[in-house]
Amino acid sequence: MNRTLRMLVMQTRAEMVRFWRVPVFGFFSIGLPLIIFTFFGLKEATHPISPNLSVTVGTYVMASMAAYAVGNVMVFSFGMALAVERGQKQDRLLRASPLPPAIYLLAKVINAVLFGLLALVVLFVFAHFAASVNLGANQWVTLTARLLLGSIPFIGLGLGFGYLAGPNSAPAVINFVYLPIAFASGIFIPVSQLPDFIRSLAPYLPLNPFVQLGWNAIGVPTDRSVTTNALYLVAYSIGFFLLAVWAYRRDQSLKFS
Amino acid sequence: MAPAAELVDATKTYGQVQALKGVSFSIEPGSLVAMLGPNGAGETTSINLLLGLRKPTSGKAFIFGADPRDLTTRQRFGAMLQESGVPELLKVIELIDLFRSYYPRPLGTQRVVDLVGLRDKQDTQVRDLSGGQRQRLYFALAVCGDPEILFLDEPTVGMDVEGRRIFLDAIRDFAAGGKTVLLTTHYLEEADELAERVIVIDHGTLVADGSPQDIKSRVAGKKISFTSQARLEASVFDALPINSSHVSDHHVVLMTSEPEAVLRELFNRGVDVANLEVRGADLEEAFLSLTGGTG
Repeated sequence: MNRTLRMLVMQTRAEMVRFWRVPVFGFFSIGLPLIIFTFFGLKEATHPISPNLSVTVGTYVMASMAAYAVGNVMVFSFGMALAVERGQKQDRLLRASPLPPAIYLLAKVINAVLFGLLALVVLFVFAHFAASVNLGANQWVTLTARLLLGSIPFIGLGLGFGYLAGPNSAPAVINFVYLPIAFASGIFIPVSQLPDFIRSLAPYLPLNPFVQLGWNAIGVPTDRSVTTNALYLVAYSIGFFLLAVWAYRRDQSLKFS
Repeated sequence: MAPAAELVDATKTYGQVQALKGVSFSIEPGSLVAMLGPNGAGETTSINLLLGLRKPTSGKAFIFGADPRDLTTRQRFGAMLQESGVPELLKVIELIDLFRSYYPRPLGTQRVVDLVGLRDKQDTQVRDLSGGQRQRLYFALAVCGDPEILFLDEPTVGMDVEGRRIFLDAIRDFAAGGKTVLLTTHYLEEADELAERVIVIDHGTLVADGSPQDIKSRVAGKKISFTSQARLEASVFDALPINSSHVSDHHVVLMTSEPEAVLRELFNRGVDVANLEVRGADLEEAFLSLTGGTG
């Protein structure tokens, strides 16, 4: 096997093993969306969300939770892992080793995407059996693909958290930012039921265009087109990755200059 | 052939603190060199510059004539750092395999495990290792890529006597294959036992560089301490063969390599001496005498 590829496989495997051995991470990324789904998605699951739509309550809540879960995996797996690695000074030994930084990062991305995919599949299977959610094959695929691709800005956000937050405060800081944004973006409660000042803010929050891509994939009309939502996410990606690069440089110049 | 490692007039300043004040040395390929100094004297900073973990404020650091920050250069060295961590949830063997994959021509996994004596711990997660086992794991990660030069920053800290024995043997084994080793230590015996050359650093400057015998003869001082009823003037110690003197209240400490001559002269001068004690200087004290007593 090519040496670079072998390095990538080994690094990715190590990333995955580490995550499997932390049950609490699996709970947050896979279990929590399921629990919230049972709160909001099982009551009148097969009823349409509005009289003139065929989309059911179960399907709608599933799409919302799917967006929540994937965003959560990205922000936490990058933010938490990096903060802990920095706290334990793992970066020092890696810095003295010949591991290319690109491979290190790519292994983390692959691991996070696979985890996100797993969280989606578990949620979909659960929603299918518990709430009779039925979609066409192309809808399942579209929903999954859009959420995985659309999660790129949240990788940037996670990296930013990872380089700024301390190892002990990281989970609290990330939740403190991510959870309110999820609420204000209409993931748990429709935006129309939120207080006025949050309603006016909602369209500009990063999770709102993201969850709209998901709703659109299952046939819910959204107030912005897919293209517009995608452009919002591109803009957020640029912003968050600039933040991450700034935080990374700051961290590096403190430690390695 | 370029030296295995080289510092050229390297200085390093952290904020207000000058950790290195213009240090130069070069390590020949195949040699086993110990860098000796009290805590915070600048050995760790020297290693960090050579590993590319820190940038010199001025001067240069080379590994085989190349920049240590290049990935191709990093394939040629292995390092055991004082302050570093590894993923706690990986097993010993998983971590060794992972680090092996970073290098073009690594040693076999089992050979590495046996070299550091961790065979019966190879399926243990890092978080469950003892301090000494952890040190041996870090050593395994440093050598698993079969590097040409090995940097060990205080490798035996936290090891018990037996662990230290195994460990020093492993370093010797590694060096016997024509490899270069640069290690830092606070222990003169360790440097003496292991190295063919000792570099002494204190207060950010290189104060001695030679064979262990050479260094030992220079730092082999005695410490004379006593109390005195009389109030002593500093002039009492004028023209004595001492390296340093320290008087606080009625307690006197003198560092010297000729304790007999010093005592004879003190008695001759009629200095009041009680609670007299003469013993070999420990390393910290020996350094004070090497560097002229300005602690």
